[in-house]
Amino acid sequence: MSYKKFTEADCQAIQKIVNDPERVQYGKAVNADYGHDELGDISSMPDLVVKVMSTEEGSKIMKYAYEQKIPVTPRGSGTGLVGAAVPIHHGIIIDLSGMSKVLELDEKNLTITVEPGVLLMDLAQYVEDHELFYPPDPGEKSATIAGNINTNAGGMRAVKYGVTRDYVRGLEAVLPNGDVVQIGGKNVKNSSGYALKDLIIGSEGTLAVVTKAVLKLLPLPTKSISLLVPFPTLEKAIGTVPEIIQSKAIPTAVEFMQGQVIVDAESYLGLSFPDHSSDAYLLLKFDGNTKADIERDYDKVAKICLEQGAIDVLIMDTTERNEAVWKARGAFLEAVKASTTEMDEVDVVVPRDKVAEMVKFSNDLQKTAKVRIKSFGHAGDGNLHIYMLRDDLSADEWKKRKESTMEAMYSKARELAGEVSGEHGIGYVKQSYLEESKSDDLINIMRGIKKVFDPEEILNPGKVCW
Amino acid sequence: MDVLVCIKQVPESNKVEVDPKTGALIRDGVDSKMNPFDLYALETAFRIREKLGGTVKVISMGPPQAKEVIYEAFSMGADAGALVSDRAFGGADVLATSYTLSQAIRKVGHFDLILCGKQTIDGDTAQVGSEISEYLGIPSFANVLGIDDVQKDNITVKIDLPNAIEVSKVTLPCLLCVEKDIYQPRLPSYIKKQATKDREVPMITLKDLPDSSPDRYGLHGSPTQVQRIFPPEVNNDREIFHGTSEELSKKLMNTLVERKFVGR
Repeated sequence: MSYKKFTEADCQAIQKIVNDPERVQYGKAVNADYGHDELGDISSMPDLVVKVMSTEEGSKIMKYAYEQKIPVTPRGSGTGLVGAAVPIHHGIIIDLSGMSKVLELDEKNLTITVEPGVLLMDLAQYVEDHELFYPPDPGEKSATIAGNINTNAGGMRAVKYGVTRDYVRGLEAVLPNGDVVQIGGKNVKNSSGYALKDLIIGSEGTLAVVTKAVLKLLPLPTKSISLLVPFPTLEKAIGTVPEIIQSKAIPTAVEFMQGQVIVDAESYLGLSFPDHSSDAYLLLKFDGNTKADIERDYDKVAKICLEQGAIDVLIMDTTERNEAVWKARGAFLEAVKASTTEMDEVDVVVPRDKVAEMVKFSNDLQKTAKVRIKSFGHAGDGNLHIYMLRDDLSADEWKKRKESTMEAMYSKARELAGEVSGEHGIGYVKQSYLEESKSDDLINIMRGIKKVFDPEEILNPGKVCW
Repeated sequence: MDVLVCIKQVPESNKVEVDPKTGALIRDGVDSKMNPFDLYALETAFRIREKLGGTVKVISMGPPQAKEVIYEAFSMGADAGALVSDRAFGGADVLATSYTLSQAIRKVGHFDLILCGKQTIDGDTAQVGSEISEYLGIPSFANVLGIDDVQKDNITVKIDLPNAIEVSKVTLPCLLCVEKDIYQPRLPSYIKKQATKDREVPMITLKDLPDSSPDRYGLHGSPTQVQRIFPPEVNNDREIFHGTSEELSKKLMNTLVERKFVGR
């Protein structure tokens, strides 16, 4: 695919559309951060970055790019992990982080309508202030809602509440030709034609630019209690998860964590974790409206854990106790990152009864692949975050070992009927693994869908199923 | 070593509302918990027990339902506890509360060390600990940041003073009010909770105290008269002063006078 070379004239045309020099960065003036994301082992600079403040601006820019055949990459906070927001073919970055207003809270329909750049942490706080609840809860709270919609990241509460796709009722989006479409809305049910909204969700900015979202809300559960469960071994900890799921007590979250990651988080945060009795933990959260209800729920699970060999079951029933543990959990990614020179990750998802096997496999892989590997994650929904750490390996050695480790992990995930990504997406860097995991028929359907939305292939080219 | 920890039950939420008509705290439907600062005192006691052996007992004063915090302490590892509760103790201010607790402590037995948290999150006076020690006639330190050493008959502590950290060695028995974060408090254990749920908690009432004359207790024994309780106005204006303690106190005083919060 060849694109038009971006010129000074194109810059002027964009300048004319937004009519605000502050919001346009061109050529050498483009901030280096726009050339990469949080982790993806890839960087490439755009020719121009334009911060849009309205759907109309986005539409006009898209139309211009379509006519001129200039690639466009939409971007939120740039917190992605697979290079989805990196402009591989250069061109224009449309930065949507400035469109960050809550447009409407509809308490009669329990929906909230937001602009794409609203941050997850601000959204959560806003609805909580109104005693409402937006359940998707990815770890990266400074991500924008549209970025989140574009990866369909679900976060820790997926065990009970599902993922982002389950909470998007409607979208406004700019198509690659610049037309603005409204898909879905506030309706609870919808059987009207193909589920285009669900195609755009998780499309990593390759089908349309999301400029508005209508999200479904729930009443806010007023109380939560968490359990921190130390086990003698990680196998025993993770092996208990299917028993918990089977018990029909539905925790909001089931996370697993290992001693070293906790120590890393302690030194990263300068805080002390309240328990050091073990090297392997499950962390469970239960929510509800009264302490008594929640206690009934967790009692069953506590007994299961003890029957399965847990050392004890520690109770976090106050704000302070919850903070002491969840703050550490929230910092794991950053803490692991700080403990090494460079890292890369695998975000596979496997059926929940296969989590133990997958984790054991990746732990054992450390010895054969000679790479330090850390994992933690959502044991309750089967989505694992496994990190390979470079430490002092040479660049060549790191690349070699990393690739063979990834290959081994993805092939194990396939064997267990898992998927390449549970929530971080495919972006640029995971495309070969997606292709390996899907039949030609399915990949061709995906490419066909891309072609229908974007016949000129100008929107975020080089991503997902290129 | 026998350590006694003073603990208090407080509302779980820091958003407790005040009934605008009666001025009383609305406690209906509000969950309660152990005062967070007391968790640090309790953890300090456990660490000392781990080092020197002995027992950790807890004592709390409050209505009958305050027994819950005694059980909370059991689920963290306390060996025994007692609740000081009597209608006659109701309405106690700092002075009456300290006197009541000191009397109850005499009743419960001898202790090598008494530990308190820095303050409670509902009363916030930070005075009860030190006053208990006065009534018991034992030495005390507030603002204890850390424990450097503990022996059978003495303890060496780090104390946070405004412009310095003082290290002091003090003979036991004594009373210490420990700072937040002295040790990370352990979490309550489900196993311990199950094992101690039927453990008896003795109730200490007025008639059990060495001094049982009612005029030292409750409302009668409280020189402080509460005129009105009201939620503070929320105001996010802030101004930060810089300087030495002396300069700061002058600036602060001037500001308070200027805004007519106090008269000169």
